[in-house]
Amino acid sequence: MSVVTVQLGQCGNQVGQELFGVLRGDAEEGQRKTYRTASWERFFRQTAHGDVVARAVLIDMEPKVINHSMAKAATSGRWKYGDASHFSQKQGSGNNWANGYCVHGPRHREVVEELVRREVECCDRLAGLMAMMSVAGGTGSGVGTYVTQCLRDVYPKSFILNHLTWPYGTGEVIVQNYNSVLTLAHLYQLSDAILVHENDTVHRICSQLLNIKHISFSDVNRVIAHQLGSVLQPALTADSHGVYSRNPLGELVSTLACHPEYKLLSVCTIPQMPSSSIAYSTFSWPGLLKHLRQMLISNSKMEEGIDWQVRPPVGSERTRSLTGASFNTSLANLLILRGKDVFSADTGGFEDPALYTSWLSSKEALNLWKCPVPFNKYEKSATLVSNSQALLRPLDNMVGKAWNMFASRAYIHQYIKFGISEEDFLDSFTSLEQVIASYSQLC
Amino acid sequence: MPMSIKKGDETACGVGGRILHLKARAVLVDMEEGVVNEILQGPLREVFDSTQLLTDVSGSGNNWAVGHMMYGSAYREQIVEKLRRAAEHCDCLQCFFLIHSMGGGTGSGLGTRVLSLLEEEFPEVCRIVTSIYPSVEDDVITSPYNSVLAMRELTEHADCVLPVENQSLVDIVSKIQHMSHGGKPGQTIKRDSSIISGQGGLSGAEKPFDAMNNIVANLLLNITSSARFEGSLNMDLNEIAMNLVPFPRLHYLVPSLTPLYTLADVSVPTRRLDQMFSDAFSKDHQLIRADPKHSLYLACALMVRGNVQVSDLRRNIERLRLSLPFVSWNQEGWKTGLCSVPPVGHSHSLLALANNTCVKPTFMELRERFTKLYRKKAHLHHYLHVEGMEQSCFSEAITSLSSLIEEYHHLDASKGRLMHDAPRLSICR
Repeated sequence: MSVVTVQLGQCGNQVGQELFGVLRGDAEEGQRKTYRTASWERFFRQTAHGDVVARAVLIDMEPKVINHSMAKAATSGRWKYGDASHFSQKQGSGNNWANGYCVHGPRHREVVEELVRREVECCDRLAGLMAMMSVAGGTGSGVGTYVTQCLRDVYPKSFILNHLTWPYGTGEVIVQNYNSVLTLAHLYQLSDAILVHENDTVHRICSQLLNIKHISFSDVNRVIAHQLGSVLQPALTADSHGVYSRNPLGELVSTLACHPEYKLLSVCTIPQMPSSSIAYSTFSWPGLLKHLRQMLISNSKMEEGIDWQVRPPVGSERTRSLTGASFNTSLANLLILRGKDVFSADTGGFEDPALYTSWLSSKEALNLWKCPVPFNKYEKSATLVSNSQALLRPLDNMVGKAWNMFASRAYIHQYIKFGISEEDFLDSFTSLEQVIASYSQLC
Repeated sequence: MPMSIKKGDETACGVGGRILHLKARAVLVDMEEGVVNEILQGPLREVFDSTQLLTDVSGSGNNWAVGHMMYGSAYREQIVEKLRRAAEHCDCLQCFFLIHSMGGGTGSGLGTRVLSLLEEEFPEVCRIVTSIYPSVEDDVITSPYNSVLAMRELTEHADCVLPVENQSLVDIVSKIQHMSHGGKPGQTIKRDSSIISGQGGLSGAEKPFDAMNNIVANLLLNITSSARFEGSLNMDLNEIAMNLVPFPRLHYLVPSLTPLYTLADVSVPTRRLDQMFSDAFSKDHQLIRADPKHSLYLACALMVRGNVQVSDLRRNIERLRLSLPFVSWNQEGWKTGLCSVPPVGHSHSLLALANNTCVKPTFMELRERFTKLYRKKAHLHHYLHVEGMEQSCFSEAITSLSSLIEEYHHLDASKGRLMHDAPRLSICR
């Protein structure tokens, strides 16, 4: 079953290009044939000329990034984007969500739907759609939200996963918090699950784990691609009966986003190290899983600076507030193990009921996928996709800053110009306060 | 003087070799012929053709009313026609750049009339105005009148304004010349690497204002760099107004450019890079005489060119933001852009655009100069003679300026006051 990816805006198109590079490179190096076949089927197709083409549609309101991503893919020699699988305009969305959502989205609806339709038709069976975008700018956020709405209308029975990149807290775009609030509030109604990467977190991974001195957006995007790749590559699941799962998005969504108020997913991967060091390192599953578990409960998104003092609360001690204990309660977790000796890895630590809310038994809350094929050169690696309070604080900060700005009505005239009213803003704020309240009260 | 250059896509015509058929997307307007004629005889003559020009012979006599009312009415149709023709050549018209001075008659008066026409004829298209403000010692006596009358138009009809003061340009030029003639031994400026040199190999004998004008040209090059070249974080022209103009009238953005020059010898790259960021906030690099560090920031944009990565950007923002006062509702309000291609002669460069209350003293000084003349009704009759011009134009203009100053003043008053976060919506469960 195949996944069709829609890349939106500069971020979506840059990260998407890195992702397909990772997926292609990973399933190339002397991998076992079934894994390779499953991965290729999922993300690529072959044209009549024998070219390997990504199952992707590239959308942007200005041409430079798409041109660059398509050229970069083609120079790899191993894969490319479809020659006609892209659509761009010339003037951009001006970092304005309203411009993206109210003007560009509707204006180009038919073209975009047609491009997606053509890609979907090339799939024997559609596993689902993944939209990749940032929330800070105008195209990814505004057009991306509108396109997600169209996808929902055209493919009501398909799984739709939104991959979002959240911007640096200290700003890339001044109105980023407005754009983020509007995007998240709308996507919550449209998307099946929202998988988030935060630039701040990924930046720290680059500097502290990968020891990169001059971190560029390519470095950041490559880490995101690695983490996302480790989620999306083929794996054996509880429901797949000994073969690689043919319904990865469906299984991810149904195990993790099991309640409509809880759709925010975070991801972390262990180990992450400079590629030059990988060959000289050995890992054990107990070590990796112990660190990963502590990363989960202390809400540390990487394996440096883990707070080992945080422990699951005992009995009735459960705290309910944002400012309270640093213990991170999970609703559900998906643990993906890849590489050597996966079948003997002991994952009992993740089944501890203390990690989870009381609504689901820990047997239902923990889901396990395994794959004996090493991922992206790591002999052993573990990825955790979490529906937990991990994104609560960043979300709350984002909403708080947007609200402060809204209180003074700064920049609102720029949105009103394109058709978004103060009412629309208030609706979005209300929706997100609801989400924040829901996650705060998880215990 | 040249009036407007529009942004669109350049119609390229082949790689390398002489540029044969490239035409500037521009309309040049002047009520005297001298400047335009010089351009048409100079190295750029191929780039403009006669349909793009509008000239007259007698000039505007340093009188805003003559430019705005008299010539504005007389040439209205022709101007609109030329604008329309230029716009039609664009696949996708994104914005207008208007370049003029405030102190004279044509640039100031006719220029702001053209600004209104742009709003009427192309209401959806962004209008970015680069305005040269006169120095205090300006030899045009009526420049305060012209400037204040023009200011009202800018406040009401421009999407954003980049004010540039002649005095700041003079100061920067003299600093560079001092450096190149009398600097420390071993510290020579790399050839053609200063922002006063007109790069691109078109320099012949330099005319008196060339050095100053090149600074403004470099400003415009840097602003458009991300739209012309690729980079890891693009920043388009329409993103400038979106991010830097929180309230419609407060759209005066103070530009600063660094580096002013590159030294010929290679010093430690990282240190030089961080110095560039610090310099962007120093008052010596601002293009108006102002000190943004000691006033209040509403918003700030950093457009970086060259081999600079996001980590350099983040490091410097973290370093500098603590010493820069930002308005309470925009504590982390930075707009950033990374363009891979540096300007000619540099390895990297930075343009900062600040929406900052430091424009207030500039505007107050302008108001004072205006009032000095107006109180005595000096030269007023030259203006009131012009048909369409009334005393109310003056009083309305000064009221507009005063209320603008008041808005900045109000913001300044909030500086340093502890502002509490707005209480959040509470959700019932």
